Amino acid sequence: MTRPIQEQEGALQRRKGKPAFLLVGQFKRTVIKTKMGQRGVSPLLSQFPANIYVHLPAISLTIASTNTNHFVLYSFVFFDSVHNSGSKANDSGTRTRIQPQSSQTILRFVVFRSPFRKLFPFADLVRWVSYGNDGKHPGCDQSYLGRREFSFTLENDIYVRFQSFNNALELENSIKEKAPVKIDIGPVYTVDPAKRSAYSQSENNVFAPAERELIFDIDMSDYDDVRYCCSGADVCLVCWPLMTIAIKVIDTALRDDFGFKHILWVYSGRRGVHCWVCDGKARRLTNEQRAAVADYFRVYKGNENSHKKVSLMGAAIHPFLATSYTNVLKDYFEKKLLIDQNILGTEEGYEKILNMIPDESIASELRERWQDSRRSSSSKEDINVVRWEQCKQLLQSGKHKSQGLRRCVEEIVFCFTYPRLDIEVSKHMNHLLKAPFCVHPNTGRVCVPIDPNQCEEFDPTTVPTLSQLIEELNNEGSKADVDGEWNRTSLGNAIAFFRSSFLHPLLKACKEEIENSYNLKLQQSKNSLGW
Amino acid sequence: MAMKIYPSQNRRNFSSSSNDAVSVSTIPLYRSAPALEVRLEDFESFAIDRLRVLKGISDGLSRGKKPDEMENLVKELWKANMRHQHASEALNKDIISHFVLRLVYCRTEDLRKWFLSMESALFRYRFRPLEAEAQRAVMDDFDLPYRAVSNVEFESIKEKLGQVARSMGQPPPTADAIFYKVPFEEVPELVAGRKVFINQGYAYVAMNQIVSLVATLFRSQLSKTLILTNRKWTSSIREQEKHRLTPIVEALCSSYLGPDYSQSREYGDISLKDIDQVAKRSFPLCMRHLFDKLREDHHLKHGGRMQLGLFLKGVGLNLDDALAFWRAEFSKKVGLEKFEKQYAYSIRHNYGKEGKRTDYTPYSCLKIISSTPGTGDHHGCPYRHFSEENLRAALGKMGVNSRSMEDVIDKVRNRHYQLACTLTFEALHGMPCDAGINHPNQYFSDSKKILDSKMDTSS
Repeated sequence: MTRPIQEQEGALQRRKGKPAFLLVGQFKRTVIKTKMGQRGVSPLLSQFPANIYVHLPAISLTIASTNTNHFVLYSFVFFDSVHNSGSKANDSGTRTRIQPQSSQTILRFVVFRSPFRKLFPFADLVRWVSYGNDGKHPGCDQSYLGRREFSFTLENDIYVRFQSFNNALELENSIKEKAPVKIDIGPVYTVDPAKRSAYSQSENNVFAPAERELIFDIDMSDYDDVRYCCSGADVCLVCWPLMTIAIKVIDTALRDDFGFKHILWVYSGRRGVHCWVCDGKARRLTNEQRAAVADYFRVYKGNENSHKKVSLMGAAIHPFLATSYTNVLKDYFEKKLLIDQNILGTEEGYEKILNMIPDESIASELRERWQDSRRSSSSKEDINVVRWEQCKQLLQSGKHKSQGLRRCVEEIVFCFTYPRLDIEVSKHMNHLLKAPFCVHPNTGRVCVPIDPNQCEEFDPTTVPTLSQLIEELNNEGSKADVDGEWNRTSLGNAIAFFRSSFLHPLLKACKEEIENSYNLKLQQSKNSLGW
Repeated sequence: MAMKIYPSQNRRNFSSSSNDAVSVSTIPLYRSAPALEVRLEDFESFAIDRLRVLKGISDGLSRGKKPDEMENLVKELWKANMRHQHASEALNKDIISHFVLRLVYCRTEDLRKWFLSMESALFRYRFRPLEAEAQRAVMDDFDLPYRAVSNVEFESIKEKLGQVARSMGQPPPTADAIFYKVPFEEVPELVAGRKVFINQGYAYVAMNQIVSLVATLFRSQLSKTLILTNRKWTSSIREQEKHRLTPIVEALCSSYLGPDYSQSREYGDISLKDIDQVAKRSFPLCMRHLFDKLREDHHLKHGGRMQLGLFLKGVGLNLDDALAFWRAEFSKKVGLEKFEKQYAYSIRHNYGKEGKRTDYTPYSCLKIISSTPGTGDHHGCPYRHFSEENLRAALGKMGVNSRSMEDVIDKVRNRHYQLACTLTFEALHGMPCDAGINHPNQYFSDSKKILDSKMDTSS
């Protein structure tokens, strides 16, 4: 993380023990400004409003404007002064007490006219969720955008649900005013969600979700039993391929099996990915139909209390699973995860696999071989590869042709690689999902789109962070720029990709759809007049 | 409703209209109310007969009966309750009873949901055993726009279709097999079970799977008309029939849905200090497991919080105690602050104090058994979702002796989860439970009843 933040922490340290919420006036701002100014961040600070609140003993820092025109700059960096004080050597005095990677503390800025506001693609977002209804064509449904729910999460986890907007400007103004930490997108309702209470008075409550993208949420923490590098919210380049696999498998099936075309994959900012399927047909699916698609993707049955998480029965496996297996899962397992995760290298690791083999005699034969480490140590090959080959050989050899064993190799591979969806998110229309291009409140990383065709190249550790973007903007100075600031930052590619490969084809299809259905309606009314 | 209803003293003959032409073997689609004259007593008695069928189906489903068993069950139920000497009168009874119950069950979301599920199941298991010709006749009634897949197309995807068939343990289709190509969203059930080959948005439905397509259509049509019926009911029928049909309609549904655990607080409040003891003695395994896991991990995922939370509400834990209970555990894991921010809301929500302010009902066995817990989840029905090994351990911990254990496991193997739970109850309480276990809160109140009476006699 950048030095200026550390400097600022130094400045705040001295005010420990003051009341919980204190108003820092003009001169305090100068203090911070000076401190940060030394490191060349003054262009940013010059945009601070006059009044800055500093929230102290809660170990979190918030700087907010009393002006209504402020905007959340989301989190900047994690650090925890309490936690680190004294432990790390202070090699350059009191100001290096911060250890960015190891902290629980979050620093958030609420900044008037923050540079990030210029980066956030409000217009693109609104054009997307309008699906062509913001056009001039008489077939456009002018009420469409206004029936969409937006939900804000404000500082201190205050949720503001059922916001609605009629255009990009309204959205932008409201965001500026409320300064949310996170923006979620909900369904399109039958009526304006902001006026839902007016409708709920009547006996027949007409307020209900009418349309919603088909969405998928894949979270790395659901893979904790099959990744040995990290757990919980952490991800690294060793386990990230699990997400790559998920994108490949689901994206292929959505396109080839279900025939969807307008699919957006987004990095969730920390430990997973989100998927938005935006085809008209997908948006109009009922809850039951959504659940069916989600279940089509589900191979994990049973909960924490049943051993086997994947069970593939029958003489063959479904074409979708078979294709996924041969095209994606098998290679990723054998060439990557098996070795990188050291799946068979330890006793604990191979016991987990042996537990999945229903035939005791085979399991104990393998156990004996693997416990005798001398035999495998002579080999030059990776121990995981050697053991996996032995396992496959035994399971697939001619003498063991029983039903249960035939699928065992596949079951193990599925268990360690197959996508694990948070099914509930996909099943119901009214589930909220974080908007793309938000900044994750804890990591500071921007939720950028991921190209499914090149998802193996995606590296979550190099996704631009807010602080990085602001630095880039500041370094650029204040050049006049007509086409938005993002062009000059590392967000540029992400937004360009969003537009060219998702937004533009989508809007073209929407336009056609609107024109076609309008013409059809026209035709029908003409016909009925003729009679 | 076009049906005319006459009081019983005003005896008239049925004047069945065009329905005479309908062959007996086909199933009516109940598209519009028939122009029939119905005696008031038939109005009620037909409806009760049909309710018996639907209730039987509901029990069968909650016991996890397989499709073939359901087919037999429906056949038996239909024979026992809906038969009539004259075929045409049997058809009239079918139609009349359906429309009466439609009126009864259109009035709330929950009623509509139940009726929709049961009528759809009834339709499905009546359709399944029909001859191919009769099935096609029903399909014609639906005006299905789908054509059978051509030979050329069949050849091009033969391999995939064979793969799907073999994945379900069926022989690959022969060249004369009929497949329908339908948008995947028309057959959600087949999609969910990966029972069809899907390509570019179309599912290839085999003739023997057509029941799924037809049942889905039936269901969606009924779903729409139930909403319409509800509108008619609230806007006019209820008021017009205030003195005649309305009381019958209102009485019909409540008498058959079993006790309502969202209201009943018969056994009074339980207090936090003896909740551990009560849990040990009177919680069914599903709740006991969640309870123990919560104490152990100081955390439960959403499904578990809902299942246990609503159960505790039904048991009589008031909102303040519920908050204190969850807070005590969760704060150990996530901290007090995070609990108040993230979890307290949903607890108040369950008690109807937040959001849309619905007072949520505790989950029934049916709902719990059909839930699909995933990784990290502890909710669901242990008899269904545990491995045998884990189930044995859990039952042993509860104090089920080894002989009863085998009986329970036997029921589980035959997928009679509620019977397994009933046997567990009987083993632990040393008393028969004739009604069977249908609801975790029923388990609790029955257990409490037995334990309290034992206490009374001993003191």
